[in-house]
Amino acid sequence: MSAIDRSIVEKLQGGLPLTPRPYAAVAESIGVDPEVVLARIGAMLADGRIRRIGVVPNHYELGWRANGMSVWDVDDAEVDALGARVGALPAVTHCYRRPRRLPEWRYNLFAMVHGRDRDEVAAHVAEIAGILGAAAVAHDVLFSTRILKKTGFRLAAA
Amino acid sequence: MDDLDRAIIDRLQTGFPVCERPFLVAAQMLGTSEDDIIMRIDRLLQSGTLTRFGPLFQVERMGGALTLAAMRVSADRFDATAACVNAMPEVAHNYEREHPLNMWFVLATETPEAMQDVVDRIEARTGLPVLTFPKEREYFVGLDLKTLR
Repeated sequence: MSAIDRSIVEKLQGGLPLTPRPYAAVAESIGVDPEVVLARIGAMLADGRIRRIGVVPNHYELGWRANGMSVWDVDDAEVDALGARVGALPAVTHCYRRPRRLPEWRYNLFAMVHGRDRDEVAAHVAEIAGILGAAAVAHDVLFSTRILKKTGFRLAAA
Repeated sequence: MDDLDRAIIDRLQTGFPVCERPFLVAAQMLGTSEDDIIMRIDRLLQSGTLTRFGPLFQVERMGGALTLAAMRVSADRFDATAACVNAMPEVAHNYEREHPLNMWFVLATETPEAMQDVVDRIEARTGLPVLTFPKEREYFVGLDLKTLR
């Protein structure tokens, strides 16, 4: 990453300034023209280094009070095809394959499910179970009870 | 929270403008003034309805690494362990979950090589083993959850 891009990321990782010309404020603080900051952010959006720019809500505050990380022990030969179908469900916000850590952890498919309450999450989990069928030999749902930290990615101090 | 706050949350999770006066552009889209949008985003951040405002980075595309990690923490040590883990800048999110593995956090490092060092430091500082679950395949990452009515 270039020095300018790194400076921009460092300035933006705490958030966009709440002033009428936020990108110009960033430009001024790192000593470049505002047009450079706009162009570099555009480039980082285009190549995916920035996934998106916007507001990040606290899901609990929006009424999504139940958050269950559903985890599944799925046949290795079938997990990729089935994972794509699970990920396509509207209630699933993230879906990944991750390694098992035997003997402590047998699950290889992780699907995050949100709902108004635990019953709603349970209904979505049943839907996932229906998709996975006999390919899943065990599952669990880990409900979150507290957000301990949510700051996002930070570059370490250079 | 009124209808305009809800509109800000539902419509500004992605695509915030990159231009000289982005709040003005957003205000025109939502039918209010530039000052009002700025004031409302500030208020929603202060109240905790929003956790952040700005760009979300894709760590791997920036050359870094991400992993999910978990620890089994006893109740009497939970808060002290959470404080210790949260103090590390590489910890992006941390959640308490109902399970014997009751602390689940996401680690983000600037290089893949730095990840093991971070895990080692957490184990040394907390005295607890850390299980890591790096992503092997991503099937879906959703963009947003809307406000509920």
